Amino acid sequence: MSNIPAELKYASSHEWIRKEADGSYTVGISEHAQELLGDMVFVELPEVGDTVTAGEDCAVAESVKAASDIYAPISGEVIAVNESLEDSPELVNSDAYGDGWFFRVMPSDESEVDSLLDAEGYQEVIDEE
Amino acid sequence: MANKTVLFNKHLESNAKMVDFHGWEMPINYGSQIEEHHAVRQDAGMFDVSHMTVVDVTGTQACEFLRKLLANDVAKLTVPGKALYCGMLDHNAGLIDDLITYYLDDTHYRIVVNSATREKDLAWIAEQVKGFDVTITERPELAMIAVQGPNAKAKAASVFTAEQNAAVEGMKPFFGVQSGSLFIATTGYTGEAGYEIIVPQEEAGALWQALLDNGVKPCGLGARDTLRLEAGMNLYGLDMDESVNPLEANMAWTIAWEPSDRDFIGREALSAIKAAGTHKQVGLVMEAKGVIRPGMAVFFTDANGEEQQGVITSGTFSPTLGYSIAMARLPNSVGDVAEVEMRKKRVPVKVIAPGFVRNGKQVF
Repeated sequence: MSNIPAELKYASSHEWIRKEADGSYTVGISEHAQELLGDMVFVELPEVGDTVTAGEDCAVAESVKAASDIYAPISGEVIAVNESLEDSPELVNSDAYGDGWFFRVMPSDESEVDSLLDAEGYQEVIDEE
Repeated sequence: MANKTVLFNKHLESNAKMVDFHGWEMPINYGSQIEEHHAVRQDAGMFDVSHMTVVDVTGTQACEFLRKLLANDVAKLTVPGKALYCGMLDHNAGLIDDLITYYLDDTHYRIVVNSATREKDLAWIAEQVKGFDVTITERPELAMIAVQGPNAKAKAASVFTAEQNAAVEGMKPFFGVQSGSLFIATTGYTGEAGYEIIVPQEEAGALWQALLDNGVKPCGLGARDTLRLEAGMNLYGLDMDESVNPLEANMAWTIAWEPSDRDFIGREALSAIKAAGTHKQVGLVMEAKGVIRPGMAVFFTDANGEEQQGVITSGTFSPTLGYSIAMARLPNSVGDVAEVEMRKKRVPVKVIAPGFVRNGKQVF
């Protein structure tokens, strides 16, 4: 059974977001997603300053098995990216909700957060796969 | 219902993630296929390969039959235990399968074929063996464990009996010996030293556990694939199938053209293909980010300035090298550079002879 922290929100495409003190949101992929993908070998991140749009692909997670697009769960400006993934993509496998985060977005429309799934809703998405 | 090997519960005990592999429930990894890959390159790992098909070929005409069936010549095998790798061709010189043949004595050879091709192989062999004084006996009661890596032989030695250790002492690569209940061979699919051990099913669990207790790491099909690709070894179904002849699968060295009167199946078609020229299998190295995958298109410009195209047959991330490697089938005018089309972009790659890593070291 995958770990799905209750304090996060999720997209059905397997990204999670967490609200930070400065009003931005950290984005990563779920434990379930990293399990499906297997050992991560490359992560392509957006650049700081890029504008991302909810539902559009903005990063790539490439594992031994497959290359997978990562979709922005919310729209906004990228204010930070996890540079440690450049040398240590395996952090996504070992700590999907912590050190394996992808990037941070300052939302342009925070109401988009309400349309994301809670832990229970995301569990249902996984169960239906 | 998927088939299970006798080691199924052992895999679950080591937290294997099981997948369906051509009708067999097999471990894809036990957590991290990259860690398993490194274990084989740096220490010792083991694979359950019990799904593979062991077939004994016995009888007064065993040698004669195999000289017809196989593209390589088993008459080259004169020392008991010596093994030979080659393809089994159809009449059009297409590869039905690739296999290893062990010479045990003049009336007893053992072949090991792929599991995914088991049924068609056995059907083909049954058809071809008609008229020969040969008995074909599948040995499903035998399991198989491959122990591979720089420390594999030493760790296996602590599990073998004194008699078995004496039997494998000084054994050269590509040999096998029956000792006690084990058939121990210095073969493998990783580019590292080690053994492939054929063991009666009822003893397989204990052998697996003993190796585990001696620090041999269980490795799944994921690591097996990255290891064999780094070693430049073909995988049947990806790098070759019936539409592919051995000359375009980097298997020219496995064809015995001499003596010229040996009439092996596919010889006539293969001679014509050789005369006409055929594609070439190469290795590709891509140091840019990204991973080359099977089926991607490969392009290059030939000496006449014309664009030529081929296809990736196997591609992966090489854990040893830290970037992507692949095998491709291309028109034989290819030089030392090409481009792979991936995710709508063309990425430059180096073209080399297939073979990337052996015995832990880069070989190109």
